[in-house]
Amino acid sequence: MKTIMLILAGFQFSPITQAQDIQLLVQKVKEKINLVNDYDAKGTMKTNVTFLKVPVAAVNVYFKKPNLLKIKNEKGISFIPKGAVNINMNNVLNSGNYSVLDAGNDKIGNTAVRVVKLLPEADTGDVILSTLYIDAVNQVILKTKTTTRDNGTYELEMSYGKYIAYGLPDKIIFTFNTKDYKMPKGVTFDFDDGTKKRTGGEKLKNQKGKMEISMSSYSINKGIADSVFK
Amino acid sequence: MWNLLQIELFKIFKKPRTYLAFAIIAAFIFLIQLGLYVNGRDWMMFMLGSLGETMNIEYDKLVNGYAVCYFVLNLLLVHVPILVALVAGDVVSGEASMGTLRLLASKPVSRTQIILAKYAAIAVYVFALLLWIAVISLAVSIAVFGRNDLVVAKTTGLQLIESGDVLWRYFCAFGFAFIAMMVVAAISLLLSTLSENSIGPIVATVGIIIVCTLISEMEIPLYQQYIKPYLFTTYMLGWKGFFYIGSTADGETIKGSIQYLPGIVKSLAALLLYIAALVAASVYIFRKKIFYPKIIL
Amino acid sequence: MSTIINVSNLSKQFNEVTAVNDLSFTVHAGDVYGFLGQNGAGKSTTIRMLLTLVKPSTGTIEIFDKNLFTHRNEILQQVGAVIEKPDLYKYLSAYDNLAIFAKMSGMDPGRTLLMEQLRMVGLAERASSKVKTFSQGMKQRLGIAVALVHDPKLIILDEPTNGLDPQGIADMRNLVLHLSREMGKTILVSSHLLSEIELVANRMLIIHKGKKIVEGNVAELLDPSKSLVQIETGNDTDAREKLMQTKWAARLQPDNGCLQLKMNKDEVPLLISDLVSAQVQILSVDPMHSLEDYFLSLTTKPGHVEPVAD
Repeated sequence: MKTIMLILAGFQFSPITQAQDIQLLVQKVKEKINLVNDYDAKGTMKTNVTFLKVPVAAVNVYFKKPNLLKIKNEKGISFIPKGAVNINMNNVLNSGNYSVLDAGNDKIGNTAVRVVKLLPEADTGDVILSTLYIDAVNQVILKTKTTTRDNGTYELEMSYGKYIAYGLPDKIIFTFNTKDYKMPKGVTFDFDDGTKKRTGGEKLKNQKGKMEISMSSYSINKGIADSVFK
Repeated sequence: MWNLLQIELFKIFKKPRTYLAFAIIAAFIFLIQLGLYVNGRDWMMFMLGSLGETMNIEYDKLVNGYAVCYFVLNLLLVHVPILVALVAGDVVSGEASMGTLRLLASKPVSRTQIILAKYAAIAVYVFALLLWIAVISLAVSIAVFGRNDLVVAKTTGLQLIESGDVLWRYFCAFGFAFIAMMVVAAISLLLSTLSENSIGPIVATVGIIIVCTLISEMEIPLYQQYIKPYLFTTYMLGWKGFFYIGSTADGETIKGSIQYLPGIVKSLAALLLYIAALVAASVYIFRKKIFYPKIIL
Repeated sequence: MSTIINVSNLSKQFNEVTAVNDLSFTVHAGDVYGFLGQNGAGKSTTIRMLLTLVKPSTGTIEIFDKNLFTHRNEILQQVGAVIEKPDLYKYLSAYDNLAIFAKMSGMDPGRTLLMEQLRMVGLAERASSKVKTFSQGMKQRLGIAVALVHDPKLIILDEPTNGLDPQGIADMRNLVLHLSREMGKTILVSSHLLSEIELVANRMLIIHKGKKIVEGNVAELLDPSKSLVQIETGNDTDAREKLMQTKWAARLQPDNGCLQLKMNKDEVPLLISDLVSAQVQILSVDPMHSLEDYFLSLTTKPGHVEPVAD
């Protein structure tokens, strides 16, 4: 009976321990991320948006503390989703004060993750709520869901390799909301080449777009001029 | 035949109106270039519309030589037929009104040869005109605005063609435009053989193009189904097909591809068929033409 | 004498109008062949058929002993023509016009020869002027130069003096004579004025309403001594027999239903006196019109002028 009581007590108290635990985990993740002052990563970016047809682009991703991030297509042109600045966790974790809430456990693929919700304390920022899925073993974030005031909801999925020690992913999939694209009227006649056209009723309203960046290399803490981010 | 072609070219390029077309084109393109040089960014923002709300767009990079050329072609190629008609419509009828036509017809060259030489001379003129457009709209734009990826706006969305994948598309597009313009030239030639003054064929050609374009673009099922497939204007915009790049299922463009090549090939075949029929008709009519003495008329 | 043009039974029907009706004539080498007829007589249509501008309804045309329709280009290489008015590119210079038509006829004469041609028609100094600045006479001369530039054997001039001032007409006449006499060209020249034809042509054809009236040597056709006198008698057969015994026998025309003699009008009293002494009963003596009178009657008789312009 005593043992049962103890077990029950253990269950009863576990939320508190877990809460501390989760604070600690977030702290650990944050510390890891804070190791990186800046980086310049090379990679490729693939965009998947219904009304956009673009090639896989070679991009450079520049980051500098506290929250500067720039994705650049040096050779050509890329359309970068507005929320993409949040692909760096630093921007999520170091952006002001927030309360950390434990949202239990989950699985991403075969990896067990802890689910954490971050609620900003100030209600003036763009971010309303961030949900993090953290791999507790490696102390890295595998997935985030962020709800913003102006830019809708977006998701990040990350997988890690060589740069896991810095909490920097090899691959990032960024999912975001897109609005319908309408070409200005009267601009041009389309050439009817025999391909099927979209019918009028089918609108591209509030669909999801996806951007996938695969990093091939990071150059970390080598210093980056601010001018890069302009 | 080469001899005849030389004579016809000489006649065309000695006429002031021939150069009028070149001047009009230069002025037109220059105005577009100037406008885009000053307000290119605003124009691009307008073109991309709501996309700017969800995406960060490097508008300045988008306003590059390739994009300027694409914009120019979109606006200009619809009007080039008028310039083609200006010269092609005059080529037989102008001589009929001057009286030189009967002198030509009494020379030791067959009437078929005369018409074919005239059409060939128009082809050289059209080629020169398009080369002129290419040089000013493409080469000058690249020199002024630089080179970068090309964004093409369709009603279904935007597509981006990498800088290195663009130039050949322009060459193909100009080649296609040449064939399309040669249809216009053939219409003018045919009308020209039927007329004794040059204004008639020029105006009639332009009229035909306007009416056919309107029917082509009208979304009326009757026209769409039964008339549109037989109108040459339906196929005139085929040059754009070279800028509709192929893509994978998830929207990734495939370098060097064309979205719907059969559509372009079909257009090309249709236009060539038009040319063959119209030129054959012109030859037939000119061979049958009687140079009446005034007394009979 | 070789034949240059041989037209036989040529007809052209434009819908209801018969412009040329069963026309036959022959032009010999070296001829200046006058083609005379009032406006609308069918001259222009015939000339256009010679140049393949109008296709005959029936009949054949042979030029240089070859069928025009089977040897068209070969023949036209040797033909130069000015049709009604000189057809020229007004926006081109005299020199360019000449060069173009030389090339059209399959030759590339070079600058010296072209300038020589312009000199011949008195336009060398205006070689680089645009034709639109030329007077009618200058255009006409350039038209001639164009017709001659490829050195054709046969030259066809349709109403070459139309619109020219008296000096221009005289110049044109001299040019035609020069081409014929000095350069040995065969020339077919049409006109509605007999006075023009008789000054240049050695042979001529008169056509009226598309039909041949007469063809022959100008000198013979216009010889005033060759007038016809028609006599109406009580018995023509008897009279003919009696005349055969006299000096008038040589003047008697073949029997065509009437009694006609070729003679001068001033011989008429002598003829009457002879007939009276031969006891022929004279009912009337009618001196017939000369060719000139006849042609003038066609062109000037009120109500007889065709309502057309050639």
